Amino acid sequence: MKEKLEALKQKALSDLETVKDAAALEQLRVAYLGKKSELASILKGMASLSPEERPVIGQLGNSVRSAIEQAFEKAKANVSKLETEKKINSEKLDVTLPSKLISMGSLHPLTKIQSQMEDIFLGMGFTIAEGPEVETDYYNFTALNTPEFHPARDVQDTFYITDKVLLRSQTSTVQVHVMEQNEPPIRIISPGRVYRSDAVDATHSPMFHQCEGLVVDKGITMADLKGTLETFAKAMFGGKTELRFRPHHFPFTEPSCEVDVSCFVCGGCGCSVCKGEGWIEILGAGMVHPNVLRMSGIDPEVYSGFAFGMGIERIVMTKYGISDMRLLYENDVRFLRQF
Amino acid sequence: MKLSMNWLKDYVSESFDPKEYSDKLTLTGSKVEGYENLGAEISNVVVGKLISVEKHPDSDHLLICMVDVGKDEPVQIVTGAQNVKPGELVPAALHESTLPGGVKIKAGKLRGVPSNGMLCSLGELGLTLNDFPYADENGIFLLHEDCKPGDDIKDVLCLNDTAVEFEITSNRPDCLSMIGLARETAASFATELHLHTPVVNEKFDKKTIDDYLSVEIKDPDLCPRYTARVVENIKIEPSPKWLRARLRACGVRPINNIVDITNYVCLEYGQPMHAFDYNYLKGGKIVVRRAHKGEKITTLDSVERDLEERMLVISDAEKAVAVAGVMGGENSEIIPETKTIVFESANFNGPSVRVTARDLGMRTEASGRYEKGLDRENTLPAIERACELIELLGAGEVVKGIIDVYPTRAEQNKIKFEPEKINEFLGTDVPLESMLDTFKRLDIKLEDGVLYPPSYRADLEGMHDIAEEVIRIYGYDKIPSTLFKAEALVGGRNKRQKSIVALNNLLTLHGFSEIQTYSFISPKYYDNIGLAPDAPERNSVVISNPLGEDTSIMRTTALPSVLEVLATNRRYRNKTCAIYENAKVYIKRDFSEQPDERLTTVIAFYECGDFYNMKGVAESVCGVLGAEKTETKAVADLPYFHPGRCAELVSSDGVRYAVFGEIHPNVAKTYGFDVPVYACVCDTETLLATEAEEKKYKPLPKFPAIERDLAFVCDEELTSGELMKSIKMYGGKMLESVEIFDIYRDAKLGENKKSMAYSLTLRSSEKTLEDADCDKIVSKILRGLEHDFGVTLRS
Repeated sequence: MKEKLEALKQKALSDLETVKDAAALEQLRVAYLGKKSELASILKGMASLSPEERPVIGQLGNSVRSAIEQAFEKAKANVSKLETEKKINSEKLDVTLPSKLISMGSLHPLTKIQSQMEDIFLGMGFTIAEGPEVETDYYNFTALNTPEFHPARDVQDTFYITDKVLLRSQTSTVQVHVMEQNEPPIRIISPGRVYRSDAVDATHSPMFHQCEGLVVDKGITMADLKGTLETFAKAMFGGKTELRFRPHHFPFTEPSCEVDVSCFVCGGCGCSVCKGEGWIEILGAGMVHPNVLRMSGIDPEVYSGFAFGMGIERIVMTKYGISDMRLLYENDVRFLRQF
Repeated sequence: MKLSMNWLKDYVSESFDPKEYSDKLTLTGSKVEGYENLGAEISNVVVGKLISVEKHPDSDHLLICMVDVGKDEPVQIVTGAQNVKPGELVPAALHESTLPGGVKIKAGKLRGVPSNGMLCSLGELGLTLNDFPYADENGIFLLHEDCKPGDDIKDVLCLNDTAVEFEITSNRPDCLSMIGLARETAASFATELHLHTPVVNEKFDKKTIDDYLSVEIKDPDLCPRYTARVVENIKIEPSPKWLRARLRACGVRPINNIVDITNYVCLEYGQPMHAFDYNYLKGGKIVVRRAHKGEKITTLDSVERDLEERMLVISDAEKAVAVAGVMGGENSEIIPETKTIVFESANFNGPSVRVTARDLGMRTEASGRYEKGLDRENTLPAIERACELIELLGAGEVVKGIIDVYPTRAEQNKIKFEPEKINEFLGTDVPLESMLDTFKRLDIKLEDGVLYPPSYRADLEGMHDIAEEVIRIYGYDKIPSTLFKAEALVGGRNKRQKSIVALNNLLTLHGFSEIQTYSFISPKYYDNIGLAPDAPERNSVVISNPLGEDTSIMRTTALPSVLEVLATNRRYRNKTCAIYENAKVYIKRDFSEQPDERLTTVIAFYECGDFYNMKGVAESVCGVLGAEKTETKAVADLPYFHPGRCAELVSSDGVRYAVFGEIHPNVAKTYGFDVPVYACVCDTETLLATEAEEKKYKPLPKFPAIERDLAFVCDEELTSGELMKSIKMYGGKMLESVEIFDIYRDAKLGENKKSMAYSLTLRSSEKTLEDADCDKIVSKILRGLEHDFGVTLRS
């Protein structure tokens, strides 16, 4: 009987060690540990043993049982691990099939670039000011040092509603509103729509977007203008960007300048984007004209300031390599989804 | 303004490479748009002398010419032109030569006879009769120039010039002249400027100008100065080659000596000149006055003009002979028979000329200059130059004396010179010597700490202007880059701007692409969305000078623009399309000429969902903008929405936040849609003004909830919204939530009936609910619904 038990143990342990799946394991459980198992029947046969043998065999029987049970638990854990592995292996997906999430929409490239600009200036402590698009002649011209009959009024062909009311031709109008309503220090940008009587073609549109900037405080210098725009340009076009200031004339700034950035496509060597110049004109700027400050109720003897304005379309087009402005207003979703 | 590099040499002896020249001038403030080598397209074309001309053996119209081109052997060239004769000098394009328009000439054979080039006409050289009036337009250009065979044709015809195109800003009318640009050139390159003082010999005669002419300025406010000279024995003929070449380089067409002289002086000095035929000036008088009421004049362009009393005219004893500063009259025009002329070199008030030119609809070269405000000191040198040229060209005899009426002198600008202040303002360290050097170069006098700009620089009024002069010559590139020292300000977006960012995020995450369309539209857009002829939305702000009808009014709704874009996408066969625009609309106001500019958000899609998807979008938009609690009401009266598939989201007090639904099939048809289109118009402006409810924490429930599902049978007409409202009312505070989960229609339910099934969640905050408690609530709801709507429980 002793031998029988030992043999049973050896067989059970070896079977349990090699078992691979849950069904086989269950069979083994029934075979070795079930009520009708060999072990059970052996132990049942204990009654026929002598009283001396009984405790010895009984002890042996129990130890065999517990060894098998231990082996069974181990086998169970092993089988469960194998089963999980098998399941996982069978669950492989074709990851190249299309995603199920609804397709993402997109911001219009104009909005996208505009908000990038905003973020750069917001980081420098600017706020965003807004003003009306249907403006009075006063804010669009007179208060910007461009009185009636001033020849600079010709430079921009303006849409009029009445003699005195027009569609603003520049976002500089907002400068005046802001200065009238606030004491320095002033630090704002103002993006928005402007209107000029230009027929639609690849580079013109009667409606387009500008972003204005204005800083007024004590001791603001032209060098500060340069530093601010350089910070902006590096953030917007990349850290290697250089600026070139060219003298220019705007009625509402003095000194005035036009500003070019080194071409961010070719780095200044000359390419099709910068038309071989190495420079791309992106904005006009200058020191706020004392007449403008005065008209808006700010003493030019105490305060100085700078202002700048840039066309957003131009930046969008050069940045994304869009050659026809009409694409921006046609709104083909195949175009829009690219941004 | 076009500058001739050859002409520039009169004033600045240095020679410049056009590229370097352009870059330098651009960086000192005279922006160069580009430059053009006038004869660039012409190469290997020389003067040829015709030795013999013989008929082609196989052609009636071809001629075989032997041409001396300055080489050992003559060249044989076949031509079709008939005006060639032995002995004539002609332009000969040799083998491997180029001509304007990309034409290349190579040796070849014409009807079997070798031809080693081409004899050229005026047109083939890119010239016209205005450039060389003596030429035969229909034949070979027979040269009457001082030249010999083999000479480069570009030198002979003065085609070796470079024209530099400047963009001159409105503050620098002085730079609309050769002398002005020469001054800038000299200042930019720190080189010497040679200005010439005109010398007029005058006719030796007893008679002086006063025996011919008197000038009276009646309105000195509009005419600060009028200078006149008389020239007799005029011979109208073409100008010499050098003068024509200079005009041509500056983009001005040569006409005849008198006209050319006025144009030449205008280009050189920037002072417009006019010439009258003296014989047609009644009474030998020039009167500068405002026009009489009802006065008319026929201008040089043969158009009769009605003058207004505020317009300044030049008149003789009887009638207007010119619109001052704009255009001369036909009645005193220079004609081939003209014998005596009066030169006018005058200064007129800029704004007055501007308004006159605008009102007469005739902006001219002269008015464009005058309106910028010209230097009053310039009239005299300019008229002297014109008379000098008359004598130089032998075009007439200048009568002794000048009439120079100068009632209104310009005020001399005086600016205190404060070098430290300039550096402080610029943020620079420009040395004093540099500033003084700049003043010298720019002819700005410094006396006792006060700066006196020259008369032609009326734009220099204050310290800022001087600062610009200093820094543009010193170099904008030498300005350092600094960041302003200022107190810290809290920048950032305000609540409104943040809400718009959130709105954009919401919509793009839901798959919508943002679009941008024009704020101005065609009135037809309102027809497209089916607005009634008297719909208030049609009351738009109208642009008085639109580009066209398509962009003539400011929109009061962006729906048609968005539908238009949607339709375009459908036409492009884009399978699905979901778009939105944050669009301002412009609503007219009674009390102001300026409209109320209100932000709206218009959302639309096709093939991306149905009415309920759009409802979800509308609710989300309201929610993200702070209006979390809205009520949905059916809307049936909007012409652009399907009357049975349209609703609005309103606030508890009835303010409409959004209206959405399926676009009316008729409207959809107008746009050419073959699928249902859904749209939503949000009153974003109102939504942005709503204050979102302040968030407060509510304790999480302590007791379990019980769910009950109930299916009701009701009339088809009853809406889920109405039913739900009643369920909530009768359910009381223990009814935590109600959700619809099924709608079922079956003939067995009865005619015009439907079943709607709801899942009710019941919970008490005080105890665990028993079934009996729930039964009580449910039966209360059932009784209520039966009473209100005759609703029964579905068995």
